[in-house]
Amino acid sequence: MGKYLLKKILISIMTIFVILLIMFLLLQFMPGSPFNDDKLSPEQIEMMRQKYGLDQPVIIRFFRYVANMFKGDLGVSYSISANTPITTLIARRFPVTMEIGLVSLCIGTFAGVVLGLLSAFFRSRVMNVIYSVLTLIGIAVPSYLLAMFLSYCLGFRANLLPMLYDVRDPFTTSIMPVAALSFMVMAIIGQFTKAEAMDVMNSDYVLLARCQGLKNSTIMVKYILRNSLIPVITMVGNLLVGLLTGSLVIEQMFSIPGIGTLLTQAISSNDYNVVLGLCFLYSGMYITVRLVLDILYCFADPRVRLGGTKS
Amino acid sequence: MNGTDNSRNILEVKDLHVSFRMPTGDVKAIRGLNFTLARNEVVALVGESGSGKSVGVKAVTGILPDNAVIESGEILYNDGGEMIDLLKLRPSVRKKRFAGKKIAMIFQDPMTSLNPVMTIGAQLMTAARCHTPMSRKEAWAKCTELLREVGITDPVRTMAQYPHQLSGGMRQRVVIATALSGDPDILICDEPTTALDVTIQQKILDLLQSIQRAKGLSIIFITHNLGVVAKLADYVGVMYAGKIIEYGTVFDIFFEPRHPYTWGLLSAVPEITELADGNDTLYSIPGTPPNLAKEIVGDAFAPRNPYAMEIDFKAEPPMFRISNTHSAATWLADPRAPKTEMPPELAERIRRLKQEEADYVNS
Repeated sequence: MGKYLLKKILISIMTIFVILLIMFLLLQFMPGSPFNDDKLSPEQIEMMRQKYGLDQPVIIRFFRYVANMFKGDLGVSYSISANTPITTLIARRFPVTMEIGLVSLCIGTFAGVVLGLLSAFFRSRVMNVIYSVLTLIGIAVPSYLLAMFLSYCLGFRANLLPMLYDVRDPFTTSIMPVAALSFMVMAIIGQFTKAEAMDVMNSDYVLLARCQGLKNSTIMVKYILRNSLIPVITMVGNLLVGLLTGSLVIEQMFSIPGIGTLLTQAISSNDYNVVLGLCFLYSGMYITVRLVLDILYCFADPRVRLGGTKS
Repeated sequence: MNGTDNSRNILEVKDLHVSFRMPTGDVKAIRGLNFTLARNEVVALVGESGSGKSVGVKAVTGILPDNAVIESGEILYNDGGEMIDLLKLRPSVRKKRFAGKKIAMIFQDPMTSLNPVMTIGAQLMTAARCHTPMSRKEAWAKCTELLREVGITDPVRTMAQYPHQLSGGMRQRVVIATALSGDPDILICDEPTTALDVTIQQKILDLLQSIQRAKGLSIIFITHNLGVVAKLADYVGVMYAGKIIEYGTVFDIFFEPRHPYTWGLLSAVPEITELADGNDTLYSIPGTPPNLAKEIVGDAFAPRNPYAMEIDFKAEPPMFRISNTHSAATWLADPRAPKTEMPPELAERIRRLKQEEADYVNS
């Protein structure tokens, strides 16, 4: 187990560096420079480039960047918010994205598991219709469309909820973005949970438990729930990363000052360090989440756990 | 069917009809199943896949799939002299009073019969405690004892293990232990050795036999392995197309079979001595079982039956009584039918078997 983890962690670190290198090269080929301002003369631009070290060859810049990274320095922003360290920039915005993402994930996962289990247990016509409609909308309709719809109905027409995010009132202003995001999560988790639960319910061991006369509640919790929710763990991890990276449009729409908006701004204005910093954050997060899931899986499923420790 | 004294019978299945509702129409899986199970007795149900063996016993345990419908019939359980129709009970009542407590079941594949995320101990104890309330300590003691009874050498260690850490034979022993945890009267075994290695099969059969004798269990044993039948069963029901077509003692079925289908089944058993003699053609019954989604006219076996008479295609044969213990549903058993003997190869084989048995008894 320890050896396995160490190997995983090493591979993860390597992966992050490879991603950074690729990003570095890609940014190099991107047209334009961070200093696209008509008011700046070519000499001034050259000065700026020298100041930030952009006149050096890519490979040297890469190693310098990595070296600084180990000191916790991700460089400074060039254009969005000149000379602000990237770390401060991200630290200010990341919690907002994280909060909305995590809340949506929790609500969506909970609703999805409940929906999936209910529709697996009660296979009535009504339940089936509810399940199909919800999952179909959640999966087929993009979350920004849903957000627009919510925004129009609840915000513009009914005037019930504020249409823009406000840092001073994060609760009411994040209801709509969270609703839009968690709907998709619910649909995906719901579908997955239902399929898993149906599989488990038709398994021999549940049938055997039923003929042993075990209480329905026991079968439900100890047999069906545990066995069908283990695979859901993997799903949740993937969705978490998706939510943190993919809520770009939603953040724009409700003007949430999160990292999604930061990333789009950074890309359009060639603010290299911001793009790189976020990229590093995203890939680091993705890899960490996968690692944590692996460990979680070991705890939830004895087959994995013991398989790893067997001498 | 066997004997006249009904009070010995612990289970009577009477004229059971079970259909599956399919999108394409109903499939009549069980078309009038009749059999009785006496206390301390083993009844084997044999037949090809799809003959309704499993569906029949699932109806008895009450674990038919959702699309199965019991059209008619009775499943009577003798509860201290009172015959209770299980089909008339509310499912919850039936589950509470009978499932595991009176009627327990084990399945074909021990690999999938146990919950993969619970330890053996937890599973056994859950089962034991749902039947009789007891403390964890008592349950633990009872379950280790059960494991010892089913031949597990280190029960304390096994209690802490997960199913995937055990071999197939061990798992089937554990499954048997869970079935015994409610002290049932009837144990239903749905091909319990089919998924196991041949060497393990024998051990599991020995185990079942010794448990049956020690506890005075009644067993319904489903199998398509005639060797298992000869070893374990008192009575044998040969099933075809959703009903029993020949019923009798092991002696009746093996040495004096009357139904052409039983002849076919017995002829299809490969025999080492014959193969050694250079006779390597293995007999198989021609044709395939009937499609149960269609209405069956006459004897369901008629199209595959080389001995079929005109009446076989027109009317379904009733169960003809051949002796006190033996009956067969074939028009050949009708007194008006022309006298037909079983295929000579089979007669020869049976003669040899009888000889071997006599030699064995005399030696």
